[in-house]
Amino acid sequence: MIKGILGKKLGMSQIFMEDGLLVPVTLLEAGPCFVIQKKVRQKDGYDAVQVGFQPKKALRVNKPLKGHQDKAGKGYFYYIKEIECDDMASISIGDEVRVEDVFKKGEKIKVTGTSKGKGFAGVVKRHGFGGLPASHGSLIHRTTGSIGCSADPSKVLKGKRMPGHIGGARVTIRESEIIDVRSEENLLIIKGAIPGARGHLVIMKKQGM
Amino acid sequence: MDLVEQFEKGQMKASLPQVRIGDKVKVYIKIVEGGRRRSQVFEGTVIARHKGGNRQTITIRKVSYGIGVERVFPLHSPIVEKIDVISHTKVRRAKLYYLRQRKGKAARLKELR
Repeated sequence: MIKGILGKKLGMSQIFMEDGLLVPVTLLEAGPCFVIQKKVRQKDGYDAVQVGFQPKKALRVNKPLKGHQDKAGKGYFYYIKEIECDDMASISIGDEVRVEDVFKKGEKIKVTGTSKGKGFAGVVKRHGFGGLPASHGSLIHRTTGSIGCSADPSKVLKGKRMPGHIGGARVTIRESEIIDVRSEENLLIIKGAIPGARGHLVIMKKQGM
Repeated sequence: MDLVEQFEKGQMKASLPQVRIGDKVKVYIKIVEGGRRRSQVFEGTVIARHKGGNRQTITIRKVSYGIGVERVFPLHSPIVEKIDVISHTKVRRAKLYYLRQRKGKAARLKELR
């Protein structure tokens, strides 16, 4: 069985449970994905399947990728990723992977996305520093303050938290609960927020992968 | 229609009661107490309404033993059983937050008939 699926973040909403509890949810368009290649232990050293997600026009695909994806004969894709798989015999090239085959309601999963980029940010935003006094004649407010000792080390210690780029990184959320799986719309409904902007690629995997 | 909108449509009740700002209403809330189901009534004035798909809410204010009490009800929530409109009042704004500053006679609203 394949242990994950590729998808797209659609946005957030809310859902009422039967007892009236209001739960914030993220809607994900999960699949359908198509198997493009099988990686086998004898040849590649590990077992996995390469799947494609989101159809792409033939004229936008370069020749090497075209040749590779033609072997499956299911069209061309924007995203191609490998996902682990434990029962390789049950899967053949060109198979469709649908969300209901992989996940079911109530399961806890791992969701990976690319977080929203925040640009070059200071230490208050980036590391949650408290900043310097706002009043009482203080002329600086949101700077780092001291970055270490004087002549003794004569250097700034490695790993010192300083301003820099934040966001735009790969972030994984674990133990995300599946509220519902709607197969006819390829919809996966997950409790809480997911990293990244709407419309971006999201990788959903089974817990413990 | 995008899937988020469609999802929210699926959450919504088929019809909502016609509630206006300033209305005196009774809201019947479903409560489950140890497996037993009963309904509780919250009676007061509608002072605000927030729209937006299945997130639509109304805020109801009442004065209970001299203490102002406000409660926000999501209109599409399954615990809101029904809403009875008792009377309409004459109001000139969409949000009646000014009632929070008023007491007694000054907090009255003129009834419409």
